[in-house]
Amino acid sequence: MTATDMASRPAAPRRRGLLGWTWKETRGFLFVLPWLFGFIVFIAGPFFFSFFLSFTQWRLVGDIKWLGLQNYAQLLSGEDTRFVQSVYNTAYYVIFHVPGVLIISFAVAGLLNRKVRGIAFYRTAFYLPSITTGVATAVLWYWVLQPNGLLNNFLNIILDPLGVQAPNWLGSTTWAMPGLIIMSFWSVGTTMIIYLAGLQGIPQHLYEAAEIDGAGWWGKVRNVTLPMMTPQIFLTLVLAVIGSFQVFTAALIITEGGPADATLFLLLYLYWNGFRFFKMGYASAIAWILFFIILFLTIVQFLTARRWVYYEGERA
Amino acid sequence: MAQQTVTVEPSSPMGTPGGSVRIRTPARIRAMRAGGRVATYLVLWVGSFLYAIPFLWMVRTSFMRLDKLFEEPPQIWPSPWIWQNYIDMWETGPFANWIVNSLILVALGMFGQTIISIFVAYGFARTSFPGRNQLFVLILATLMLPGHVTIVPKFIMFRTVGLLDSIWPVALPDLWGQAFYIFILRQFFLTLPVELDEAAEIDGANLLQVLFRVVIPLSKPAIATVAVFNFINKWNEFFEPFVFIQTPEKLTLAVGIRWFRTQYGTEFQMLMAASIVAVAPIIIVFFFAQKQFVRGIALTGIKS
Repeated sequence: MTATDMASRPAAPRRRGLLGWTWKETRGFLFVLPWLFGFIVFIAGPFFFSFFLSFTQWRLVGDIKWLGLQNYAQLLSGEDTRFVQSVYNTAYYVIFHVPGVLIISFAVAGLLNRKVRGIAFYRTAFYLPSITTGVATAVLWYWVLQPNGLLNNFLNIILDPLGVQAPNWLGSTTWAMPGLIIMSFWSVGTTMIIYLAGLQGIPQHLYEAAEIDGAGWWGKVRNVTLPMMTPQIFLTLVLAVIGSFQVFTAALIITEGGPADATLFLLLYLYWNGFRFFKMGYASAIAWILFFIILFLTIVQFLTARRWVYYEGERA
Repeated sequence: MAQQTVTVEPSSPMGTPGGSVRIRTPARIRAMRAGGRVATYLVLWVGSFLYAIPFLWMVRTSFMRLDKLFEEPPQIWPSPWIWQNYIDMWETGPFANWIVNSLILVALGMFGQTIISIFVAYGFARTSFPGRNQLFVLILATLMLPGHVTIVPKFIMFRTVGLLDSIWPVALPDLWGQAFYIFILRQFFLTLPVELDEAAEIDGANLLQVLFRVVIPLSKPAIATVAVFNFINKWNEFFEPFVFIQTPEKLTLAVGIRWFRTQYGTEFQMLMAASIVAVAPIIIVFFFAQKQFVRGIALTGIKS
């Protein structure tokens, strides 16, 4: 009888629970429990279910039909040309959007980090587009990008004397994507705030030391600011890549993927397959390919991070 | 080189950037600095104008008469000035419903994400239990997982239990803490000295009392930052409400304003007015919280 064994044992220091752990060792688990529950039900469960669905054909009614690798074969063989187009478009967007946003954010954060009057006003102005509801921004840009819209009115100041015609952004397969990318450059707010916080954390004496060594403005940026900011740059790079692969609202509202699929993004194609054509299995397969692309790029970034990211207090 | 040893220096009370020692600077350098300041302001003015102008354009459009929108060249200042657009907008769509739905979503989201995340982060930062580190790695892993991968199974799941076309498919998954906020808060809690917890425990406080009397009061900036993020994200949330809710009356504001576009051709002036109403609370919150916000992000050591 284990119970009596336990009781008769002379110096059991604390009461042992079911699996031999004390209350003090396990009570912390109760704090984490809500997250664990949510994770199992709303993240892990759907995650594996979606993996299963990606091997099937199902239109929400009738039986689920097992297809094996057929969905993936159709997507990856290039047979579905719209999917190929959506991968190309998304890559196009990411390649220009991510560096653009990081560079602009960095420059703006640098300016805002100086002692200037009315800083709250400038910060809010630069942050505005990032906190404006997606639909509102999209509809607004639908106007801005019209042939006689706000952007072309500005461009014409330069282009008219040169005799060049400003592009019909949304009506042309060549210019629709650049139009959306230009629009995306307005959402620098969050990245900028992270940089701003980072800049404020750089110890002043590093700049003083650099000045004593005769460094000019660029020397200080290159040898102090950039190395000290690499953790923030890395963080925002990872987040921006993950986020930009999931671009959706702008294309949905402004172009609906057009003209001629020129702005058909991966997520938009996923949405159409899942919730317009109700091809649940096929949409899940697209989701998994999207997931693997993001996972792959994130892992690559983490692996290369060791070469260029510098964490203070973690010296080699 | 940045990698050189960093000497500990007594922090100056002023913390003035740009030379803590006052030496008379030569006139040439002073002139250069003045020039630099002018350039800084110039770039800031042009930049913030460029970033604010789409928004200002939105404000302008919200006061215009629909037919005036198509004039060439475009009106800069609305004439006639139509306040009526805001009233029309209010009466055209189920606008009050959208605001209420958005507020419910924000309230539930902030309870589930900010408040629950505090508890979870505390568990990870301040207690130890078997499997703690493994679970924390799991949380970090979910940060990499795009939420959209699970949209299809979630749709099927909520359809099966009959909750589609309501706020619940959007709100229910939010009630259990949010990985990014848990991460930020844990990092912050780790910076607080453990001795405080131990002293409170010696005085007979249990874990909850330590959390409420020691950890939360010391973590206000970090919690406020997370709360502001949370508010903005929930108020603007688009994809999930868009997929899960169909009935116009059940939509949230962020998705509902799209309605002005589909129903009547496009009532741009009303759509812009609705957008202003949707953005205004966030602008106000941000304008007043921005200083604490930046400080909060700096404090949470978001980099590590």
